Amino acid sequence: MTDVTPTDSGESPETGTSTAVEESATDAAAEIPDPHALDDAHAELLARFEDELGAAVLDTGKAFGMPIVRVQRTEWRRAAEVCRRTLDCDFLSFIAGIDWMPAPKEGGDDAGGDTSSPVQPTETTYGVTGSDGRFQVFARVQSTTHNYGLTLKVDVDADALLVQSWVPVYPGADWHERETWEMYGFVFEGHPALRHLYLPTGFEGHPLRKDYPLLSRVVKPWPGLVDVEAMPGGDDDAAEPAAAEPAAAEPAAAEEAS
Amino acid sequence: MSTTNPPLPEFDIDPRAFRTLADAQMGVELDTGDMILNLGPQHPATHGTLRLVVRLDGERVIAADPVIGYMHRGYEKLVEFRTYPQITTLINRIDWLSSFANEVPFIDAAEKLMGVEAPPRAQYIRTILTELSRISTFVLFLGEMGLQVGALTPAFYGFRDREHVVNLIESVTGGRFHPNFNRVGGLKDDLPWGWVNETRTVLKKIYDACDVFEDLVAGNEIFAARTKGVGIIPPEIGAAYGVSGSNLRASGVDWDLRRDGAPYLVYPDLDFKVWTHPDGDSFARYWVRLQETRESCRMVLQLLDAMPSGPIMAKVPRIIKVPEGEVWTEVENPLGQMGYYVFSKGATGPFRVKIRSASFSNVSILPWMLRGVFVPDVITILASLYFILGDIDR
Repeated sequence: MTDVTPTDSGESPETGTSTAVEESATDAAAEIPDPHALDDAHAELLARFEDELGAAVLDTGKAFGMPIVRVQRTEWRRAAEVCRRTLDCDFLSFIAGIDWMPAPKEGGDDAGGDTSSPVQPTETTYGVTGSDGRFQVFARVQSTTHNYGLTLKVDVDADALLVQSWVPVYPGADWHERETWEMYGFVFEGHPALRHLYLPTGFEGHPLRKDYPLLSRVVKPWPGLVDVEAMPGGDDDAAEPAAAEPAAAEPAAAEEAS
Repeated sequence: MSTTNPPLPEFDIDPRAFRTLADAQMGVELDTGDMILNLGPQHPATHGTLRLVVRLDGERVIAADPVIGYMHRGYEKLVEFRTYPQITTLINRIDWLSSFANEVPFIDAAEKLMGVEAPPRAQYIRTILTELSRISTFVLFLGEMGLQVGALTPAFYGFRDREHVVNLIESVTGGRFHPNFNRVGGLKDDLPWGWVNETRTVLKKIYDACDVFEDLVAGNEIFAARTKGVGIIPPEIGAAYGVSGSNLRASGVDWDLRRDGAPYLVYPDLDFKVWTHPDGDSFARYWVRLQETRESCRMVLQLLDAMPSGPIMAKVPRIIKVPEGEVWTEVENPLGQMGYYVFSKGATGPFRVKIRSASFSNVSILPWMLRGVFVPDVITILASLYFILGDIDR
């Protein structure tokens, strides 16, 4: 980006150098495109989607060239059908959930606690297309022939936690919905068998919700806090941190099996 | 006190049932009851710990249920407690055979949100290392696929030739499998002296190795008999399950995010061919990966010729704070479409990251695919889909 401002070029429009400056100024203005702007294919896709679903589209938005639509809860499956049958979006990329609630700080704000993890803002914001509550499901479908894709979002009622299942439309939704179910507790209506996918059968809680703490940090404080602990050999209770060592639940890195 | 039995319900019995029953009793035709067989969690064809519960009728699979999660590490939760530079360490371990390729889309997402662009030289080196990861992943596959059908020799060639590529990656990044080399805004380091020439030598070796694999494995009659017509994925079903990458291209879908997706790295400047195969069987998947290995070699040679000089790091603040917003980045990884949906709220770490890993969707088609195949073919199908368990259990 250049530092040329329009006032510089406007002062002396007659000389040859200033026209060059003026050109570069207009270039600079043209060179800062909206990073979110949709290309023609995506803009047309978004328009066609809105035509098909009409009032069921609550909001539309865009993020870095990707159209995003928020549809009504009752039309979630019909949105998938429109995508697959009418818009040729034959490829299901993923289905996932999000909890917009800010994570409560472990042990309250004054506890010190885990100083290593990033501090997130405490007010609730809802992303590009907004949300009417804490939970949302978002999914992405793509076309293998037209090179476009669409992100769909749907609000989930925090009391009922019901979402329509996409399995009848995209069979690949099966595993994605099972994962979202166990991670957030959303019940997908019409899913053939909501069983645990990653977690062991009988697991309690929904780990990706923001009010579910990261258990490894609860069991053992982040080693970044070692400054305030006794140094090894310095005190008589120096052996204690070492004894608590095995509780660390950090991901093991010995995975280079193949 | 007398009790009377309730009257028997009247059955409308098909006489053929009696005949079958009688035959079974006489031993004329043995009744084959269903049998449940556990494949795994530890099995050489699974690259980790995948358990496959298959219900068998004789030698034929009538239902298969993959059980995953033995290695689930909860990365989507963990990244919410990490800063952006720390997260690259974690996501290295998703697909551990091509770790560098995992880092690129995540860094790309952070850079997009920050409005930072890595300098051209960094983009070139990123592309080269991504393609080298692809080569190392595929060369191992080309050898190992032979192992799964009972041919031991190709596996040794595969491991031998992958070693050259892994050594190259190590000499740049310092890590054989987990480079952790990307930074927001560029790379950690430049290429070492003499690396470019060494790479040309290695690429020649890999190119020759592809010829060996073509003769030794793809040209082998037994291999063809074991893989042709086995495990066919129809393109529309594959796409609906989210199967991507070489697996989908082997079903005739001409779709490669390096060419068709949103432009990333320097792929728009490269001249390369997207290989497809119309059959969609295990052999097609092997063949497509074989051609893609050669294509990647060609791409790296082009990149080495056109490499610009200049800085490898853009100007970024010391503390990486990513502005509020959401972004989806998708790239063509060796195993298929890899993507990150990053929600940022302006902090030093992301608010939520959805990790779209390729193998997860590639494997989710297994219950559909394995219906009706024979038990030995299960192994070749698993091998030809080529998944990494870390990419499923992320």
